[in-house]
Amino acid sequence: MSREKLVIIGAGMAAGRFLEHLLDANPDAYDITLFNAEPRGTYNRIMLSPVLSGEKSYEEIVTHTDDWYAEQGITCRFGERIISVDRANKTVLGEKGIVAYDKLVIATGSSPFIIPMPGHDLSGVLAYRDLEDTNGMIDACQPGAKAVVIGGGLLGLEAAAGLRLRGMDVTVLHLMPTLMERQLDPSAGYLLEKELADRGIEIRTGANSKEIYGDGKVEGIRLEDGTDIPANLIVMAVGIRPSIAIAKEAGLDVGRGILVDCKMKTSDPSIYSVGECVEFEGNCYGLVAPLFDQAKVLANALIAEADDTDFVHSETATKLKVTGVDLFSAGDFADGEGRDEIVFRDPARGIYKRLVLEGDKLVGAVLYGETADGAWFFDKIKKGEEIGAEDRATLIFGQSYAGGSPLDPMAAVAALPDEAEICGCNGISKGQITQAIDEKGLSDVEGVRACTKASGSCGTCTGLVESLLAWKLGDAFAAPAKNAVCGCTELGHDEVRRLIVSQRLKSVPAVMQELSWKTSCGCAKCRPALNYYLLASWPGEYVDDNQSRFINERVHANIQKDGTYSVVPRAWGGVTTAAELRAVADVVDKYDIPMVKYTGGQRIDMLGVKKEDLPGVWADLNEAGMVSGHAYGKSLRTVKTCVGSEWCRVGTQDSTGLGIKLEKLMWGSWTPHKVKLAVSGCPRNCAEATCKDIGVVCVDSGYQIHIAGAAGMEVRATDHLTTVTTEEEAIEMCAAVLQAYREQGFYLERIYKWTARIGGAEKVHELIVDDVENRKALFERFKYAQQFSQDDPWAERASGKVDAHEFKTLELVE
Amino acid sequence: MDGMAPFERWFDICELSDIPVRGSRRLEKDGMKIAIFRTSDDRVFAVENRCAHKGGPLSEGIVHDCAVTCPLHNWVYDLSTGKAQGGDEGQIRTFPAEVRDGGRVHLRLAMAS
Repeated sequence: MSREKLVIIGAGMAAGRFLEHLLDANPDAYDITLFNAEPRGTYNRIMLSPVLSGEKSYEEIVTHTDDWYAEQGITCRFGERIISVDRANKTVLGEKGIVAYDKLVIATGSSPFIIPMPGHDLSGVLAYRDLEDTNGMIDACQPGAKAVVIGGGLLGLEAAAGLRLRGMDVTVLHLMPTLMERQLDPSAGYLLEKELADRGIEIRTGANSKEIYGDGKVEGIRLEDGTDIPANLIVMAVGIRPSIAIAKEAGLDVGRGILVDCKMKTSDPSIYSVGECVEFEGNCYGLVAPLFDQAKVLANALIAEADDTDFVHSETATKLKVTGVDLFSAGDFADGEGRDEIVFRDPARGIYKRLVLEGDKLVGAVLYGETADGAWFFDKIKKGEEIGAEDRATLIFGQSYAGGSPLDPMAAVAALPDEAEICGCNGISKGQITQAIDEKGLSDVEGVRACTKASGSCGTCTGLVESLLAWKLGDAFAAPAKNAVCGCTELGHDEVRRLIVSQRLKSVPAVMQELSWKTSCGCAKCRPALNYYLLASWPGEYVDDNQSRFINERVHANIQKDGTYSVVPRAWGGVTTAAELRAVADVVDKYDIPMVKYTGGQRIDMLGVKKEDLPGVWADLNEAGMVSGHAYGKSLRTVKTCVGSEWCRVGTQDSTGLGIKLEKLMWGSWTPHKVKLAVSGCPRNCAEATCKDIGVVCVDSGYQIHIAGAAGMEVRATDHLTTVTTEEEAIEMCAAVLQAYREQGFYLERIYKWTARIGGAEKVHELIVDDVENRKALFERFKYAQQFSQDDPWAERASGKVDAHEFKTLELVE
Repeated sequence: MDGMAPFERWFDICELSDIPVRGSRRLEKDGMKIAIFRTSDDRVFAVENRCAHKGGPLSEGIVHDCAVTCPLHNWVYDLSTGKAQGGDEGQIRTFPAEVRDGGRVHLRLAMAS
């Protein structure tokens, strides 16, 4: 029997959730085709703000991957718009053809409202709705560039905060006298305005925009009162409108949105609708919680045997996702007859709380600065709980006071009733979470997220879910096993790297301050990592912090077990001369160096040099033209070569020459971990290039580029990245790989580990071989950074002008 | 050296600025190797320059808060007590150290033997 055909228009969050419920209930019920105007599947739109501010990457907010759709057997037509719906013949017409349906779901969502003022169509005027808008804003973020955000609501303020974090000058224009007037009362609006102003965001309330001006591109905006504000970017965030054009044209009943009944059915019994495009009993919805309720109702309605739920209108609570701003509001908090309010203020700590009661029931709550009791108040509002006279006296102090229990988060969750809502976005209660923990044996947040969806959307309840786990499991709950850099921070390497760039942090103290380090000046783990990230992110600007470097990199020699040092000069491509060898011999005699050894990387190592002797040893080696080999650094080590076509009877190319060119280009470069290269002149591979971080194997027709080898604790043959025909291409390719690694690698992560983490050699191929423009840009950035790193550190120190204190002991005068 | 030298006195060692912030200097006294550290808040500490684990030179380690991490195997010592931190057990000798007015670093050491 052939399955019924289900066509879905739109792959937003409501559609994504609907599909999950539907497939959970019966994976085989329908043959599904999913259209989406955006060229991608479902992602967590709520989290675009952290993407804008640089706190998250797009990849982290994708909820449904291509693999997921493939596994579910869904036919995806992403990037294709629907032109019309033919209800008589039950077909939809897409840009690429007709598809028939038995059931149709319209999930077209909403579109941002663009004020039709003069100049609204200029380049540089954006809405804030999807990934394209977000990327458009990120692209516009140049230091010193100016942005104007029209609209001081939830979305506008998140956009403003994100743009500010990326270093733009931001002005917010808001028509009303206070910010977020629909969710906040004037007092909380004022505190919010002050907080944002402290962050350098200019807020103009009561501002009526008149026209946007510019020649083809935005240059500024003029207000009704004549004020002129220059801008390179204007973001309109004044509201959304349900997208109903397709439904309307198809002759479905529409109001502000597409009219549906409590089963999400439209006026045509074969057509359903879900999400922000829907109007139910006069209400349209813009927050995610009710949309997820709709998704569940719709899935049940389409699976006959599960059809036992109705959609009902319910209250929603609001939270602002701006890091460091705690703000919560729920219910109705307008003044009115028969209403009382309870207010608590602590100006010094910037805390404001206001509860609105009608008779003996709590009907609204606004919390600013301290929102831990939000869920508890919201629960009382939704249940319409009666507040007794005694409870009323202490109500504002929240749950911990009411319960008489101490102020610790675990006791707080323990005291919550089972019905208390933990995850507002997904409507998940404490009872549902604890039940899932018990029944499924869950032990971490990821597990709870996977089973119940709690904390999977905006993420602000993650802490509550963790507390619940800790309360249920006791010691068995391992605190979030996040890959933090070290004990000084909760942040992982990826977040630290991204925030350094997005927040333009340019010193170790700035990173520690802005990213809330828990120690005053870090530790031996995080300081070298931060120093490297800053160096790699801000070449030519960041001043290397010597005291954040491991001793070897601080004194440019390798410390040995007895406290002496070893010295390895560079031997370009493994080649040396009689003069160099003579100089080495003289140095060994002069400073009585106990051991001389060849390294595995074709160089000479002098071991057992006393620290005080280092500058003298270096001066003598410099004299003979030798420089530091960086054998001590997380940096370019050796470029090993064989003799190649110049001497070898089977050599195909000048491998020695290419090795020297690569070493001359790359020496002095700091990297996340050490980097070793090799160039072999033919596939016999005498230079062992196929176990190096980057290896080149010459062949008759050109140069094979290999990456991600290892020959240490782990042994791993390289992956063949590509083959190029000229030496120039080989050099560009190798340098681009090195620069990508410098920009993305975690500190102490070798190239093979970085490659594995980002998706294997195929991913590197995509980034560097396929994307020519990216490769060229990486190569340019590498060359730019190298300008600042190719001074011989030995010569600087041998001169006595740099770090002289390192090599002299103090004298005791008696 | 048994640590119970009969007579001690303060020695004027160097300027505070002779020691880099979060850095160190080395000093030798009657065969005893001493490391003097300056922390980020400009306090100074002096300890025997020898890790209790494998004798590593602590003067070469990274200084953080009031602690130093040995460059050889990452043992961490509290500079004020000389006690190894974390899971490691060990004690190194400490010497009283002060910055006196005028920014001179003083150490209290045994008189010449």
